Amino acid sequence: MWTRRKEEEPAGGRTASPLPTATELSREGIPISTAPTRVAEPGGGAAAVGKSVVVKGQIFSREDLYVDGEVEGTIEVQEHRLTVGPNGKVHANVKAKEIIVQGTVHGNMEAGEKIEIRKEAKIVGDLRTARIAIEDGAYFKGSIDVIRAEASKAAPAPAQPVRPAATAPAASSAARPEPTKVAAAGAETKT
Amino acid sequence: MTKEVVVKKSHGLAQFVATIRDEAGLTILDLGGISQENVSFLTSFGHRLYSEDLLRTLDSFTAEEDPPGGPTQRAQIEAFLVQCFDFAAGALDGVLAWDTLQYLSRPVLLATIERLYEILRPGAHMFTLFHTAERPQEVPLYSYRIGDAETLYLVPRGRRLAVQQFNNRGIERLFERFSAVKFFLTRDNLREVIVKR
Repeated sequence: MWTRRKEEEPAGGRTASPLPTATELSREGIPISTAPTRVAEPGGGAAAVGKSVVVKGQIFSREDLYVDGEVEGTIEVQEHRLTVGPNGKVHANVKAKEIIVQGTVHGNMEAGEKIEIRKEAKIVGDLRTARIAIEDGAYFKGSIDVIRAEASKAAPAPAQPVRPAATAPAASSAARPEPTKVAAAGAETKT
Repeated sequence: MTKEVVVKKSHGLAQFVATIRDEAGLTILDLGGISQENVSFLTSFGHRLYSEDLLRTLDSFTAEEDPPGGPTQRAQIEAFLVQCFDFAAGALDGVLAWDTLQYLSRPVLLATIERLYEILRPGAHMFTLFHTAERPQEVPLYSYRIGDAETLYLVPRGRRLAVQQFNNRGIERLFERFSAVKFFLTRDNLREVIVKR
């Protein structure tokens, strides 16, 4: 078995940045409770925590990670994508280049590039990201900070609002029907 | 069945936006649940947006024996407030309440207004809407999406019992601790109100 697996590895095509071994991690004082397995289907070849797997501790990954099980602790997938599958239940603070959530996340999330919240997602936590895409039907409770790369270069004048239709993902900016009712506002009263 | 989105020109929203557009880094609370449109619009000013689905949270607190609009027990109400408004005093620079207040039972409503008063910064504004129903009745429930500074898209979410009914005087009394209440007349059945802390 072991010999055969070694022979198969080069054909896998994703061995350039292997995950740290348990020995390496334990040398760094990083607790692990299970090693991620590799699946082909939902994660597109990413390392995966399957739906019957429970991980308590810290996960560091140097490749895309698909979590469809339960994780409690922290997840860092620097420079790669983390996908929380529909069965995934994450109670952890998460850092990744890109985060896609279909399942449940309780914890803060920080993405260098983008966070996608799919319609089945349930998220409680604070988000910090450069871009965010939200599908109708998702549940979110927490704060959203959108970090704009040009913010530091821009003049201090306030940003002009951009019509959401221009920036929103297809999920929520789908074709809108023509106006059915337009309420013209009149004079105000009271102070 | 297709959802018929209503487009609404909103002078109340325009006024609210005018109070938050000149300064970046404000903290805004949206009580209508998350939507791409509102996140895109509000974060485009450089603000931090807090999102809370007030009615969904309310429903999670409402037991079968509770009257429509939520619990009446003080402890339950307090738990609801903690769940929805866990902010320090004066932490918020703006609140988009939409029409959510009208669906709260009287005890929950009064406690919510009191909490909003505490967590809004003095001088900050809240934008809210009231259906013009004259008695408790089911009204269209919408998800309010910001199109631009003065345009709202009302995406239907079904119907819901509007437990509270107010005339303008009732609204003024509701917010009597606040420094100003401003009404915007509309041609539809939604009154727009800006409340200044």
